[in-house]
Amino acid sequence: MDLQKFFEMGGYAGYVWTSYGLTALILLWNWWAARRSEAEAQTAARRRNELALERSA
Amino acid sequence: MTAVRTSTLAAAKLVFQRDMTLAWRRWDEVAQPLIFYVVVTTMFPLATTPDLSALREIGGGVVWVAALLASLLALEALFRADVEDGTTEQWVLSGQPLGYLLLAKVAAHWVLTGLPLVIMSPIVGTGLGLPTGAWGVLMFSLLLGTGTLSILGGIGAALTVGVRRGSVLLSLLVLPLAMPLLIFGSRAVSMQMDGDSPAGPLQLLAAIFFMALSLGPIAMSAAIRISVEN
Amino acid sequence: MSWTWFHKLASPPHAYRILGSMAPWFGWASLALILLATWWGLVKAPADYQQGDGFRILYVHAPSAWMSMFTYVVMAVAAGVGLVWRIKLAHAAAAACAPIGASFTFLALATGSIWGKPMWGTWWVWDARLTSELLLLFLYLGYMALRASFDDPQRADRASAVLALVGVINVPIIHYSVNWWSTLHQPASVTKFDKPSIDLAMLIPLFLMIVGFQLYFGWAVSRRLRGEILRRERNANWLKEAA
Repeated sequence: MDLQKFFEMGGYAGYVWTSYGLTALILLWNWWAARRSEAEAQTAARRRNELALERSA
Repeated sequence: MTAVRTSTLAAAKLVFQRDMTLAWRRWDEVAQPLIFYVVVTTMFPLATTPDLSALREIGGGVVWVAALLASLLALEALFRADVEDGTTEQWVLSGQPLGYLLLAKVAAHWVLTGLPLVIMSPIVGTGLGLPTGAWGVLMFSLLLGTGTLSILGGIGAALTVGVRRGSVLLSLLVLPLAMPLLIFGSRAVSMQMDGDSPAGPLQLLAAIFFMALSLGPIAMSAAIRISVEN
Repeated sequence: MSWTWFHKLASPPHAYRILGSMAPWFGWASLALILLATWWGLVKAPADYQQGDGFRILYVHAPSAWMSMFTYVVMAVAAGVGLVWRIKLAHAAAAACAPIGASFTFLALATGSIWGKPMWGTWWVWDARLTSELLLLFLYLGYMALRASFDDPQRADRASAVLALVGVINVPIIHYSVNWWSTLHQPASVTKFDKPSIDLAMLIPLFLMIVGFQLYFGWAVSRRLRGEILRRERNANWLKEAA
Protein backbone atom coordinates (compact mmCIF):
# COMPACT_ATOMS: atom_id res chain seq x y z
CA MET A 1 0.00 0.00 0.00
CA ASP A 2 1.35 3.35 -1.04
CA LEU A 3 2.33 5.39 2.03
CA GLN A 4 2.40 8.61 0.06
CA LYS A 5 -1.16 8.09 -1.10
CA PHE A 6 -2.20 7.24 2.45
CA PHE A 7 -0.92 10.56 3.81
CA GLU A 8 -2.51 12.49 0.98
CA MET A 9 -5.96 11.10 1.77
CA GLY A 10 -7.14 11.67 -1.78
CA GLY A 11 -6.50 15.40 -1.54
CA TYR A 12 -8.26 15.82 1.76
CA ALA A 13 -5.08 15.42 3.80
CA GLY A 14 -5.36 18.72 5.64
CA TYR A 15 -8.94 18.12 6.70
CA VAL A 16 -8.66 14.47 7.67
CA TRP A 17 -5.41 14.76 9.57
CA THR A 18 -6.47 17.91 11.38
CA SER A 19 -9.67 16.19 12.47
CA TYR A 20 -7.89 13.10 13.71
CA GLY A 21 -5.22 15.26 15.27
CA LEU A 22 -7.81 17.31 17.16
CA THR A 23 -9.47 14.09 18.30
CA ALA A 24 -6.16 12.81 19.64
CA LEU A 25 -5.59 16.17 21.33
CA ILE A 26 -8.98 16.16 23.05
CA LEU A 27 -8.62 12.53 24.16
CA LEU A 28 -5.14 13.23 25.49
CA TRP A 29 -6.27 16.39 27.28
CA ASN A 30 -9.14 14.53 28.95
CA TRP A 31 -6.78 11.74 29.94
CA TRP A 32 -4.32 14.19 31.46
CA ALA A 33 -6.99 16.35 33.12
CA ALA A 34 -8.85 13.40 34.64
CA ARG A 35 -5.68 11.93 36.08
CA ARG A 36 -4.59 15.30 37.40
CA SER A 37 -7.97 15.92 38.99
CA GLU A 38 -7.80 12.59 40.81
CA ALA A 39 -4.16 13.02 41.82
CA GLU A 40 -4.71 16.52 43.20
CA ALA A 41 -7.64 15.31 45.26
CA GLN A 42 -5.56 12.42 46.58
CA THR A 43 -2.67 14.69 47.60
CA ALA A 44 -5.06 17.09 49.32
CA ALA A 45 -6.76 14.24 51.16
CA ARG A 46 -3.42 12.81 52.25
CA ARG A 47 -2.34 16.19 53.56
CA ARG A 48 -5.56 16.53 55.52
CA ASN A 49 -4.96 13.11 57.04
CA GLU A 50 -1.46 14.10 58.11
CA LEU A 51 -2.69 17.35 59.64
CA ALA A 52 -5.42 15.50 61.52
CA LEU A 53 -2.90 12.99 62.82
CA GLU A 54 -0.56 15.78 63.91
CA ARG A 55 -3.35 17.52 65.78
CA SER A 56 -4.47 14.41 67.58
CA ALA A 57 -0.90 13.47 68.50
CA MET B 1 -58.29 31.94 68.95
CA THR B 2 -58.74 30.33 65.60
CA ALA B 3 -56.10 31.01 62.94
CA VAL B 4 -57.35 32.56 59.72
CA ARG B 5 -56.17 30.55 56.74
CA THR B 6 -55.39 32.71 53.75
CA SER B 7 -56.26 31.13 50.45
CA THR B 8 -53.43 30.56 48.01
CA LEU B 9 -55.08 32.88 45.52
CA ALA B 10 -55.21 35.66 48.09
CA ALA B 11 -51.57 35.11 49.01
CA ALA B 12 -50.56 35.15 45.35
CA LYS B 13 -52.54 38.34 44.81
CA LEU B 14 -50.71 39.94 47.71
CA VAL B 15 -47.35 39.08 46.19
CA PHE B 16 -48.46 40.45 42.82
CA GLN B 17 -49.85 43.67 44.23
CA ARG B 18 -46.79 44.25 46.36
CA ASP B 19 -44.52 44.10 43.34
CA MET B 20 -46.78 46.38 41.34
CA THR B 21 -46.84 48.95 44.15
CA LEU B 22 -43.06 48.82 44.54
CA ALA B 23 -42.62 49.23 40.81
CA TRP B 24 -44.96 52.21 40.76
CA ARG B 25 -42.67 53.98 43.19
CA ARG B 26 -39.65 53.28 41.02
CA TRP B 27 -41.06 53.62 37.56
CA ASP B 28 -37.70 54.65 36.14
CA GLU B 29 -36.46 51.11 36.76
CA VAL B 30 -39.44 49.81 34.82
CA ALA B 31 -38.72 52.15 31.94
CA GLN B 32 -35.09 51.09 31.54
CA PRO B 33 -35.62 47.81 29.70
CA LEU B 34 -38.08 49.55 27.40
CA ILE B 35 -35.59 52.25 26.52
CA PHE B 36 -32.93 49.59 25.98
CA TYR B 37 -35.34 47.85 23.61
CA VAL B 38 -35.76 50.95 21.46
CA VAL B 39 -32.06 51.73 21.51
CA VAL B 40 -31.06 48.24 20.43
CA THR B 41 -33.56 48.15 17.57
CA THR B 42 -32.18 51.51 16.45
CA MET B 43 -28.68 50.07 16.34
CA PHE B 44 -29.50 47.65 13.56
CA PRO B 45 -30.41 50.15 10.84
CA LEU B 46 -27.42 52.25 11.86
CA ALA B 47 -25.16 49.22 11.63
CA THR B 48 -26.48 47.95 8.33
CA THR B 49 -28.63 50.02 6.04
CA PRO B 50 -31.40 52.62 6.15
CA ASP B 51 -33.20 50.77 3.36
CA LEU B 52 -36.50 49.61 4.80
CA SER B 53 -37.03 46.86 2.26
CA ALA B 54 -33.69 45.31 3.24
CA LEU B 55 -34.41 45.76 6.95
CA ARG B 56 -37.78 44.11 6.53
CA GLU B 57 -36.00 40.83 5.73
CA ILE B 58 -34.59 40.57 9.23
CA GLY B 59 -36.97 42.93 11.01
CA GLY B 60 -38.95 40.27 12.84
CA GLY B 61 -35.78 38.64 14.09
CA VAL B 62 -34.26 41.91 15.27
CA VAL B 63 -37.36 42.89 17.24
CA TRP B 64 -37.35 39.44 18.85
CA VAL B 65 -33.66 39.52 19.77
CA ALA B 66 -34.04 43.00 21.23
CA ALA B 67 -37.07 41.91 23.25
CA LEU B 68 -35.20 38.89 24.65
CA LEU B 69 -32.20 40.96 25.64
CA ALA B 70 -34.32 43.70 27.19
CA SER B 71 -36.29 41.14 29.23
CA LEU B 72 -33.08 39.58 30.47
CA LEU B 73 -31.87 42.94 31.76
CA ALA B 74 -34.72 43.17 34.23
CA LEU B 75 -34.54 39.54 35.31
CA GLU B 76 -31.32 39.54 37.28
CA ALA B 77 -32.75 41.67 40.06
CA LEU B 78 -36.01 39.69 40.18
CA PHE B 79 -35.39 37.95 43.47
CA ARG B 80 -32.42 39.84 44.79
CA ALA B 81 -34.27 42.32 46.99
CA ASP B 82 -36.62 39.67 48.33
CA VAL B 83 -33.82 37.32 49.29
CA GLU B 84 -31.87 40.14 50.91
CA ASP B 85 -34.70 41.35 53.13
CA GLY B 86 -35.93 37.86 54.01
CA THR B 87 -39.21 37.95 52.11
CA THR B 88 -38.38 34.73 50.23
CA GLU B 89 -37.82 32.93 53.50
CA GLN B 90 -41.25 34.06 54.59
CA TRP B 91 -42.68 32.65 51.39
CA VAL B 92 -40.93 29.32 51.93
CA LEU B 93 -42.14 29.15 55.54
CA SER B 94 -45.63 30.43 54.83
CA GLY B 95 -47.12 27.03 54.15
CA GLN B 96 -48.51 28.26 50.87
CA PRO B 97 -47.47 26.34 47.74
CA LEU B 98 -44.27 28.13 46.86
CA GLY B 99 -44.75 27.67 43.13
CA TYR B 100 -47.88 29.81 43.04
CA LEU B 101 -46.27 32.66 44.97
CA LEU B 102 -43.29 32.64 42.66
CA LEU B 103 -45.58 32.51 39.64
CA ALA B 104 -47.34 35.61 40.97
CA LYS B 105 -43.96 37.30 41.27
CA VAL B 106 -43.07 36.33 37.71
CA ALA B 107 -46.48 37.52 36.50
CA ALA B 108 -45.86 40.92 38.04
CA HIS B 109 -42.46 41.05 36.37
CA TRP B 110 -44.03 40.19 33.03
CA VAL B 111 -46.70 42.88 33.34
CA LEU B 112 -43.99 45.43 34.10
CA THR B 113 -41.44 44.28 31.51
CA GLY B 114 -42.82 41.90 28.91
CA LEU B 115 -46.15 43.56 28.33
CA PRO B 116 -44.67 47.01 27.55
CA LEU B 117 -42.29 45.33 25.10
CA VAL B 118 -45.22 43.67 23.38
CA ILE B 119 -47.12 46.95 23.16
CA MET B 120 -44.09 48.82 21.84
CA SER B 121 -43.28 46.18 19.24
CA PRO B 122 -45.37 47.57 16.37
CA ILE B 123 -43.61 50.92 16.76
CA VAL B 124 -40.08 49.52 16.73
CA GLY B 125 -41.16 47.06 14.06
CA THR B 126 -42.30 49.82 11.78
CA GLY B 127 -38.88 51.39 12.16
CA LEU B 128 -37.49 48.16 10.72
CA GLY B 129 -39.86 48.11 7.81
CA LEU B 130 -42.40 45.63 9.14
CA PRO B 131 -45.82 46.06 7.47
CA THR B 132 -49.01 46.70 9.43
CA GLY B 133 -50.27 43.25 8.48
CA ALA B 134 -47.53 41.67 10.57
CA TRP B 135 -48.33 43.58 13.76
CA GLY B 136 -50.82 41.06 15.06
CA VAL B 137 -48.51 38.08 14.68
CA LEU B 138 -45.58 40.07 16.02
CA MET B 139 -47.44 41.06 19.15
CA PHE B 140 -49.00 37.65 19.73
CA SER B 141 -45.73 35.81 19.28
CA LEU B 142 -43.98 38.24 21.61
CA LEU B 143 -46.79 37.87 24.13
CA LEU B 144 -46.19 34.14 24.34
CA GLY B 145 -42.43 34.49 24.06
CA THR B 146 -41.93 37.12 26.74
CA GLY B 147 -44.25 35.18 29.02
CA THR B 148 -42.18 32.02 28.59
CA LEU B 149 -39.00 33.99 29.00
CA SER B 150 -40.20 35.50 32.27
CA ILE B 151 -40.71 31.99 33.61
CA LEU B 152 -37.39 30.66 32.26
CA GLY B 153 -35.68 33.77 33.53
CA GLY B 154 -37.36 33.30 36.87
CA ILE B 155 -35.76 29.88 37.15
CA GLY B 156 -32.38 31.30 36.18
CA ALA B 157 -32.73 34.25 38.55
CA ALA B 158 -33.69 31.94 41.40
CA LEU B 159 -30.62 29.80 40.74
CA THR B 160 -28.20 32.72 40.58
CA VAL B 161 -29.44 34.85 43.46
CA GLY B 162 -26.51 36.39 45.30
CA VAL B 163 -23.94 35.35 42.73
CA ARG B 164 -21.51 38.14 41.90
CA ARG B 165 -21.92 39.39 38.32
CA GLY B 166 -25.03 37.27 38.23
CA SER B 167 -26.57 39.09 35.26
CA VAL B 168 -23.99 37.80 32.79
CA LEU B 169 -24.26 34.28 34.16
CA LEU B 170 -28.04 34.55 34.00
CA SER B 171 -27.92 35.51 30.33
CA LEU B 172 -25.54 32.63 29.62
CA LEU B 173 -27.95 30.22 31.28
CA VAL B 174 -31.23 31.53 29.91
CA LEU B 175 -30.40 32.49 26.32
CA PRO B 176 -29.61 28.99 25.02
CA LEU B 177 -32.88 27.79 26.50
CA ALA B 178 -34.68 30.68 24.81
CA MET B 179 -33.37 29.92 21.33
CA PRO B 180 -36.40 27.81 20.31
CA LEU B 181 -38.63 30.76 21.25
CA LEU B 182 -36.55 32.98 19.04
CA ILE B 183 -36.71 30.54 16.15
CA PHE B 184 -40.46 30.06 16.26
CA GLY B 185 -41.33 33.67 17.10
CA SER B 186 -39.34 35.40 14.40
CA ARG B 187 -40.26 32.72 11.89
CA ALA B 188 -43.95 33.29 12.59
CA VAL B 189 -43.50 36.96 11.72
CA SER B 190 -41.58 36.15 8.54
CA MET B 191 -44.19 33.65 7.43
CA GLN B 192 -46.94 36.17 7.99
CA MET B 193 -45.07 38.67 5.86
CA ASP B 194 -44.54 36.09 3.13
CA GLY B 195 -48.25 35.36 3.02
CA ASP B 196 -47.99 31.91 4.62
CA SER B 197 -50.00 30.97 7.66
CA PRO B 198 -48.02 31.43 10.88
CA ALA B 199 -50.25 28.98 12.72
CA GLY B 200 -47.56 26.27 13.01
CA PRO B 201 -44.89 28.22 14.87
CA LEU B 202 -47.49 30.12 16.89
CA GLN B 203 -48.98 26.88 18.13
CA LEU B 204 -45.54 25.62 19.03
CA LEU B 205 -44.87 28.84 20.91
CA ALA B 206 -48.11 28.37 22.79
CA ALA B 207 -47.22 24.77 23.60
CA ILE B 208 -43.84 25.82 24.97
CA PHE B 209 -45.52 28.56 26.98
CA PHE B 210 -47.97 26.18 28.62
CA MET B 211 -45.22 23.72 29.35
CA ALA B 212 -43.21 26.47 31.01
CA LEU B 213 -46.29 27.57 32.92
CA SER B 214 -46.86 24.09 34.34
CA LEU B 215 -43.29 22.93 34.95
CA GLY B 216 -41.61 26.27 35.58
CA PRO B 217 -42.96 26.89 39.08
CA ILE B 218 -41.66 23.49 40.20
CA ALA B 219 -38.15 24.32 39.04
CA MET B 220 -38.41 27.82 40.50
CA SER B 221 -39.45 26.59 43.95
CA ALA B 222 -36.64 24.04 43.97
CA ALA B 223 -34.20 26.76 42.96
CA ILE B 224 -35.45 29.25 45.56
CA ARG B 225 -35.28 26.65 48.32
CA ILE B 226 -31.69 25.90 47.35
CA SER B 227 -30.78 29.57 47.38
CA VAL B 228 -32.50 30.31 50.67
CA GLU B 229 -31.55 27.22 52.65
CA ASN B 230 -27.82 27.95 52.67
CA MET C 1 -35.71 -7.94 46.16
CA SER C 2 -32.68 -6.88 48.11
CA TRP C 3 -31.54 -3.36 47.33
CA THR C 4 -28.31 -3.67 49.29
CA TRP C 5 -26.19 -3.63 46.19
CA PHE C 6 -27.80 -0.33 45.17
CA HIS C 7 -27.28 1.30 48.54
CA LYS C 8 -23.74 0.00 48.60
CA LEU C 9 -23.13 1.66 45.25
CA ALA C 10 -24.12 4.99 46.70
CA SER C 11 -21.62 4.61 49.50
CA PRO C 12 -18.58 6.73 48.69
CA PRO C 13 -15.86 4.44 50.06
CA HIS C 14 -17.31 1.47 48.23
CA ALA C 15 -17.67 3.45 45.01
CA TYR C 16 -14.14 4.79 45.38
CA ARG C 17 -12.74 1.29 45.56
CA ILE C 18 -14.86 -0.15 42.76
CA LEU C 19 -14.08 2.73 40.40
CA GLY C 20 -10.42 2.34 41.19
CA SER C 21 -10.39 -1.29 40.15
CA MET C 22 -12.63 -0.80 37.11
CA ALA C 23 -10.76 2.15 35.64
CA PRO C 24 -7.75 0.27 34.22
CA TRP C 25 -10.06 -2.18 32.45
CA PHE C 26 -11.97 0.68 30.86
CA GLY C 27 -8.75 2.44 30.00
CA TRP C 28 -6.92 -0.34 28.22
CA ALA C 29 -10.02 -1.61 26.45
CA SER C 30 -10.84 1.86 25.17
CA LEU C 31 -7.27 2.43 23.98
CA ALA C 32 -7.29 -0.83 22.07
CA LEU C 33 -10.66 -0.18 20.46
CA ILE C 34 -9.91 3.43 19.54
CA LEU C 35 -6.63 2.44 17.91
CA LEU C 36 -8.32 -0.41 16.08
CA ALA C 37 -11.14 1.85 14.93
CA THR C 38 -8.66 4.49 13.77
CA TRP C 39 -6.73 2.01 11.72
CA TRP C 40 -9.91 0.52 10.30
CA GLY C 41 -11.36 3.90 9.45
CA LEU C 42 -8.22 5.34 7.89
CA VAL C 43 -6.84 2.27 6.16
CA LYS C 44 -9.17 -0.67 5.81
CA ALA C 45 -12.49 1.04 5.12
CA PRO C 46 -13.12 2.09 1.53
CA ALA C 47 -13.25 5.70 0.44
CA ASP C 48 -16.67 7.16 -0.10
CA TYR C 49 -18.12 7.30 -3.61
CA GLN C 50 -18.97 11.01 -3.40
CA GLN C 51 -16.69 12.40 -0.70
CA GLY C 52 -13.59 10.28 -1.22
CA ASP C 53 -11.18 10.02 1.66
CA GLY C 54 -12.71 13.12 3.25
CA PHE C 55 -15.53 10.88 4.42
CA ARG C 56 -13.18 9.30 6.96
CA ILE C 57 -13.74 12.30 9.21
CA LEU C 58 -17.10 10.70 10.00
CA TYR C 59 -15.35 8.10 12.15
CA VAL C 60 -14.34 10.78 14.68
CA HIS C 61 -17.09 13.31 14.13
CA ALA C 62 -20.13 11.08 14.61
CA PRO C 63 -18.84 9.32 17.76
CA SER C 64 -17.95 12.71 19.29
CA ALA C 65 -21.41 14.03 18.59
CA TRP C 66 -22.97 10.88 20.01
CA MET C 67 -20.84 11.10 23.18
CA SER C 68 -21.68 14.77 23.63
CA MET C 69 -25.37 13.96 23.79
CA PHE C 70 -24.97 10.73 25.74
CA THR C 71 -22.87 12.50 28.38
CA TYR C 72 -25.41 15.27 28.78
CA VAL C 73 -28.18 12.78 29.44
CA VAL C 74 -26.02 10.86 31.94
CA MET C 75 -25.13 14.15 33.62
CA ALA C 76 -28.76 15.22 33.84
CA VAL C 77 -29.94 11.83 35.15
CA ALA C 78 -27.17 11.80 37.77
CA ALA C 79 -28.03 15.35 38.78
CA GLY C 80 -31.70 14.44 39.01
CA VAL C 81 -30.99 11.41 41.18
CA GLY C 82 -28.81 13.56 43.41
CA LEU C 83 -31.51 16.20 43.72
CA VAL C 84 -34.46 13.90 44.35
CA TRP C 85 -32.83 11.25 46.55
CA ARG C 86 -30.16 13.55 47.98
CA ILE C 87 -27.32 11.22 47.07
CA LYS C 88 -24.06 13.17 47.12
CA LEU C 89 -22.34 10.60 44.92
CA ALA C 90 -24.82 11.29 42.13
CA HIS C 91 -24.02 15.00 42.25
CA ALA C 92 -20.33 14.12 42.13
CA ALA C 93 -20.95 11.97 39.06
CA ALA C 94 -22.72 14.83 37.30
CA ALA C 95 -19.82 17.15 38.07
CA ALA C 96 -17.39 14.57 36.72
CA CYS C 97 -19.31 14.26 33.44
CA ALA C 98 -19.44 17.96 32.56
CA PRO C 99 -15.90 18.68 31.30
CA ILE C 100 -15.84 15.37 29.41
CA GLY C 101 -19.11 16.13 27.68
CA ALA C 102 -18.11 19.69 26.88
CA SER C 103 -14.86 18.58 25.25
CA PHE C 104 -16.69 15.99 23.13
CA THR C 105 -19.13 18.70 22.07
CA PHE C 106 -16.26 20.97 21.11
CA LEU C 107 -14.67 18.13 19.14
CA ALA C 108 -17.93 17.41 17.33
CA LEU C 109 -18.20 21.07 16.36
CA ALA C 110 -14.58 21.35 15.27
CA THR C 111 -14.58 18.16 13.21
CA GLY C 112 -17.97 19.04 11.79
CA SER C 113 -16.72 22.43 10.73
CA ILE C 114 -13.54 20.99 9.22
CA TRP C 115 -15.58 18.39 7.35
CA GLY C 116 -17.91 21.09 6.07
CA LYS C 117 -15.18 23.11 4.41
CA PRO C 118 -14.35 20.72 1.57
CA MET C 119 -17.91 19.45 1.31
CA TRP C 120 -19.92 22.65 1.51
CA GLY C 121 -17.23 25.23 0.81
CA THR C 122 -17.41 27.20 4.04
CA TRP C 123 -15.90 26.80 7.49
CA TRP C 124 -19.24 27.12 9.15
CA VAL C 125 -22.71 26.17 8.04
CA TRP C 126 -25.88 26.78 10.02
CA ASP C 127 -27.19 23.31 9.49
CA ALA C 128 -29.47 21.68 12.03
CA ARG C 129 -26.95 19.31 13.57
CA LEU C 130 -24.08 21.76 13.98
CA THR C 131 -26.38 24.45 15.37
CA SER C 132 -27.91 22.03 17.88
CA GLU C 133 -24.42 20.94 18.85
CA LEU C 134 -23.44 24.57 19.37
CA LEU C 135 -26.42 25.16 21.65
CA LEU C 136 -25.50 21.99 23.55
CA LEU C 137 -22.03 23.46 24.10
CA PHE C 138 -23.68 26.57 25.55
CA LEU C 139 -25.69 24.38 27.90
CA TYR C 140 -22.53 22.61 29.10
CA LEU C 141 -20.67 25.90 29.56
CA GLY C 142 -23.60 27.38 31.46
CA TYR C 143 -23.70 24.34 33.74
CA MET C 144 -19.98 24.55 34.46
CA ALA C 145 -20.15 28.32 34.95
CA LEU C 146 -23.02 27.98 37.42
CA ARG C 147 -21.15 25.30 39.38
CA ALA C 148 -18.06 27.47 39.55
CA SER C 149 -19.93 30.53 40.79
CA PHE C 150 -20.75 29.08 44.21
CA ASP C 151 -18.34 28.62 47.09
CA ASP C 152 -20.72 26.35 48.94
CA PRO C 153 -20.41 22.89 47.31
CA GLN C 154 -23.88 21.83 48.37
CA ARG C 155 -25.52 24.83 46.76
CA ALA C 156 -23.36 24.32 43.67
CA ASP C 157 -24.47 20.70 43.43
CA ARG C 158 -28.15 21.39 43.82
CA ALA C 159 -28.42 24.57 41.75
CA SER C 160 -26.54 23.02 38.84
CA ALA C 161 -28.74 19.93 39.15
CA VAL C 162 -31.86 22.07 38.63
CA LEU C 163 -30.19 23.67 35.63
CA ALA C 164 -29.21 20.30 34.15
CA LEU C 165 -32.79 19.05 34.46
CA VAL C 166 -34.24 22.19 32.88
CA GLY C 167 -31.64 21.81 30.13
CA VAL C 168 -32.38 18.17 29.41
CA ILE C 169 -36.08 18.92 28.99
CA ASN C 170 -35.11 21.64 26.55
CA VAL C 171 -32.76 19.47 24.49
CA PRO C 172 -35.49 17.80 22.42
CA ILE C 173 -37.23 21.16 21.98
CA ILE C 174 -33.99 22.76 20.82
CA HIS C 175 -33.32 19.84 18.51
CA TYR C 176 -36.73 19.99 16.94
CA SER C 177 -36.84 23.77 16.59
CA VAL C 178 -33.36 23.95 15.04
CA ASN C 179 -34.25 21.13 12.66
CA TRP C 180 -37.40 22.93 11.59
CA TRP C 181 -35.52 26.21 11.25
CA SER C 182 -32.79 24.78 9.07
CA THR C 183 -35.11 22.98 6.68
CA LEU C 184 -36.95 26.17 5.83
CA HIS C 185 -34.30 27.50 3.50
CA GLN C 186 -32.41 24.40 2.49
CA PRO C 187 -32.86 23.11 -1.02
CA ALA C 188 -33.73 19.45 -1.20
CA SER C 189 -30.36 18.38 -2.56
CA VAL C 190 -28.26 19.29 0.46
CA THR C 191 -25.51 16.82 1.28
CA LYS C 192 -26.15 15.15 4.59
CA PHE C 193 -23.44 13.84 6.83
CA ASP C 194 -24.86 10.37 7.02
CA LYS C 195 -26.40 8.65 4.08
CA PRO C 196 -29.61 6.64 4.43
CA SER C 197 -27.83 3.41 3.55
CA ILE C 198 -24.33 3.33 4.93
CA ASP C 199 -22.04 0.56 3.78
CA LEU C 200 -21.32 -2.25 6.23
CA ALA C 201 -17.61 -1.71 5.66
CA MET C 202 -18.08 1.82 6.98
CA LEU C 203 -20.35 0.85 9.83
CA ILE C 204 -17.72 -1.33 11.48
CA PRO C 205 -15.09 1.35 12.20
CA LEU C 206 -17.88 3.72 13.21
CA PHE C 207 -19.26 1.21 15.68
CA LEU C 208 -15.80 0.35 17.01
CA MET C 209 -15.01 4.00 17.57
CA ILE C 210 -18.29 4.62 19.37
CA VAL C 211 -17.68 1.69 21.73
CA GLY C 212 -14.10 2.87 22.19
CA PHE C 213 -15.31 6.35 23.10
CA GLN C 214 -17.89 4.94 25.50
CA LEU C 215 -15.23 2.91 27.31
CA TYR C 216 -13.01 5.98 27.34
CA PHE C 217 -15.87 7.89 28.94
CA GLY C 218 -16.11 5.14 31.55
CA TRP C 219 -12.42 5.49 32.33
CA ALA C 220 -12.47 9.30 32.48
CA VAL C 221 -15.58 9.44 34.67
CA SER C 222 -14.11 6.82 37.02
CA ARG C 223 -10.97 8.87 37.52
CA ARG C 224 -12.76 12.20 37.89
CA LEU C 225 -15.42 10.75 40.15
CA ARG C 226 -12.78 9.35 42.49
CA GLY C 227 -11.34 12.83 42.75
CA GLU C 228 -14.77 14.32 43.40
CA ILE C 229 -15.44 11.74 46.13
CA LEU C 230 -12.20 12.62 47.87
CA ARG C 231 -12.96 16.31 47.66
CA ARG C 232 -16.40 15.87 49.18
CA GLU C 233 -15.71 13.34 51.92
CA ARG C 234 -13.59 15.74 53.91
CA ASN C 235 -13.65 14.29 57.37
CA ALA C 236 -14.69 10.71 56.88
CA ASN C 237 -12.67 8.02 58.60
CA TRP C 238 -12.39 5.74 55.62
CA LEU C 239 -10.18 8.30 53.95
CA LYS C 240 -7.40 7.47 56.36
CA GLU C 241 -7.08 3.97 54.92
CA ALA C 242 -7.84 4.84 51.34
CA ALA C 243 -5.52 7.80 50.70
